[in-house]
Amino acid sequence: MSSMRILIIEDDRDAAAYLVKAFREVGHVADHATDGLTGYDLAREGGYDVAVVDRMLPKMDGLSLIGALRAQNVDTPILILSALGQVDDRVKGLRAGGDDYLAKPYAFSELLARVDALARRRPKGASEETVYRIADLELDRLSHKVTRGGVEIPLQPREFRLLEYLMQHAGKVVTRTMLLESVWDYHFDPQTNVIDVHISRLRAKIDKDFDPPLLHTVRGAGYMIRDGAR
Amino acid sequence: MTALGKIFRTTAFKLALAFLALSAAGAGLVLSIVGMEVFTLVDEESKQTIAAEADGLAEQYAQGGIRRLGYVIEQRTREPGSSIYLLTNYAGETLAGNIERLPPGVLDKPGFIETPYETADDSTLDRRALARIFVLPGGFRLLVGHDLRDRARIAHVMVRALEISLVCLAALGALGALFVARRVLRRIDAMSNASRAIMAGDLTERLPVSGSGDELDRLAENLNDMLARIGELMVGLREVSDNIAHDLRTPLTRLRNHAEAALRLEGDARAYRAALERTIEESDGLIRVFNALLMIARAESGADRSALSDFDVGEAAHGVVELYEPAAEEAGAKLKADIEPGLIVRGNRELLGQSIANLLDNALKYGAPAPILALAPPTAPSEEARPAAPTTEVELVVRRAGEMVEIVVADHGPGIDPADRARVFERFVRLEGARSRPGSGLGLSLAAAVAHLHGGAVRLEDNQPGLRVVISLPARPAALGEPLEKAPAANAAALS
Repeated sequence: MSSMRILIIEDDRDAAAYLVKAFREVGHVADHATDGLTGYDLAREGGYDVAVVDRMLPKMDGLSLIGALRAQNVDTPILILSALGQVDDRVKGLRAGGDDYLAKPYAFSELLARVDALARRRPKGASEETVYRIADLELDRLSHKVTRGGVEIPLQPREFRLLEYLMQHAGKVVTRTMLLESVWDYHFDPQTNVIDVHISRLRAKIDKDFDPPLLHTVRGAGYMIRDGAR
Repeated sequence: MTALGKIFRTTAFKLALAFLALSAAGAGLVLSIVGMEVFTLVDEESKQTIAAEADGLAEQYAQGGIRRLGYVIEQRTREPGSSIYLLTNYAGETLAGNIERLPPGVLDKPGFIETPYETADDSTLDRRALARIFVLPGGFRLLVGHDLRDRARIAHVMVRALEISLVCLAALGALGALFVARRVLRRIDAMSNASRAIMAGDLTERLPVSGSGDELDRLAENLNDMLARIGELMVGLREVSDNIAHDLRTPLTRLRNHAEAALRLEGDARAYRAALERTIEESDGLIRVFNALLMIARAESGADRSALSDFDVGEAAHGVVELYEPAAEEAGAKLKADIEPGLIVRGNRELLGQSIANLLDNALKYGAPAPILALAPPTAPSEEARPAAPTTEVELVVRRAGEMVEIVVADHGPGIDPADRARVFERFVRLEGARSRPGSGLGLSLAAAVAHLHGGAVRLEDNQPGLRVVISLPARPAALGEPLEKAPAANAAALS
């Protein structure tokens, strides 16, 4: 995992210190601003791969800060952290120019996975690939065909989208809620292990008769598709 | 503030004052018009009298010249009456008449004139008369007039009438104002006293309603309805906080116990790890309950009502079914969906999706048939063989029912006893037999709150056997299939 520069704008010093430490532990560089104005200045100077912004900040609230940054053409991906977890708050946050939204309290693994996913989106000009490849697994986004080792694997539409999302984030952890959001467009908590069952079905189709396994479970975090040989 | 001072400040008093001023002005106007009319009439009569007298005198003059005229005038002045006469020669000297003095120049004025005059026996009183001057040959002038005492008397009467009526009106107006002000004031005082009591914390208190059905009553009734609603919300809030306090205490205690137990562990890193993991698991459970409670509270308060949008219920339900289908199969259950497409509802897709998910989750958890009928073939391709377990069948139906859209989740489990059906919608209520399984007891509460938010309802029915949960929501007109044939205005009113 390549090192990222992450800006944390959060007024709760304890929470911020925890995040800085946690991001450093996984090899990222994290800076911290305790109020909106300082955060705005830091973010404008640029150079950050991702900014994590709390919604309620002194001096300048999170949404205004994001709006101001976007108005200045600062396109650093922004993840909004908020104690307000309701649907319309999420919509407001994303409309203000945020790229993702995570309600407090959250698991760090969830935040890390989302930050990773955001950073990956970075090269905006690059045209989207139409074929994803991992080892001998191929997914053609145009013809909706999936093959492994040249053998076509029939997938249900939802399974296809699941695999597509995983392969889009190949080498990164993808959490259950991320999958639920992007594949089913629901933001609620499914409570039971519904996503796990979908994954195990997908795994049965793409991994069971092949070697090496590509779809991995990351304990306490989620799933990752990667070339196990490397 | 004194009671009187309060009355002076009331709207009723001000209204009464305005009414008084208006009616006084009206009375004044009427009386002046009547007075003017009477004046004109009196003047007219005087003029006619003057003309008749002048005619008679002209006759006498024609018969006997100026001498006879003087003689007749002398005679007439001795008769009682209000006629006045004056005959002068070319030098202005009085020849006959009952006028002692006139303002200078009066005798040169033509036509009818109004003039003050003095008589011989009364030179102090400023008398007025209507008169006409006739010029006779040889420089003689004759004044024939009529005293205006009658007119003055009438004017006096009029003014008196105005004064008396003003006094009467003022008295009546004041009384009326006092009455209205006191009546209205007393009721408003009662209302503000009641509202003060309510503000002080007694939410069961209600504003007094007199029963007359007037605007004050309507206001009081509306305020009372508002109070009732606030009371309901308060009771709900109190229940929620009581329940939260009660139900979060158990997992919080467990959480604390795990942490304490971990602290007592000696050295084993793996055990520490396991303890910490359990701690996180417990706190995740707490967060989940907390989120569910918040979601219910938000749905019940209608706070999200502004963020509603039109969406296809079938599509939303289908997504949830697809989400749960593999898990259901894994658990040895069959999930059947019968979804009518194109049913549109105005609402919150997310909350509705969560409600459907909760119902499916419940049905999968508790909807297994009683194990007596263990004869059904084990069709589920489950990894762990479940030889005797019958297949759980859960059915999700989305259909139109009149102007409503119904979302039905049905199972063939033991169902819910009719006596318990109302209770299960309450927060944290979990029936016997469910307590041992994971869950918070909030799923149906959320479904009910969400249905309420959408202007619908949730009901529980017997699926014979099993439970059938029906969420019915008002359909958007487009979902009724014939949006043009139905009166759109009526629909919009009924559904908005």
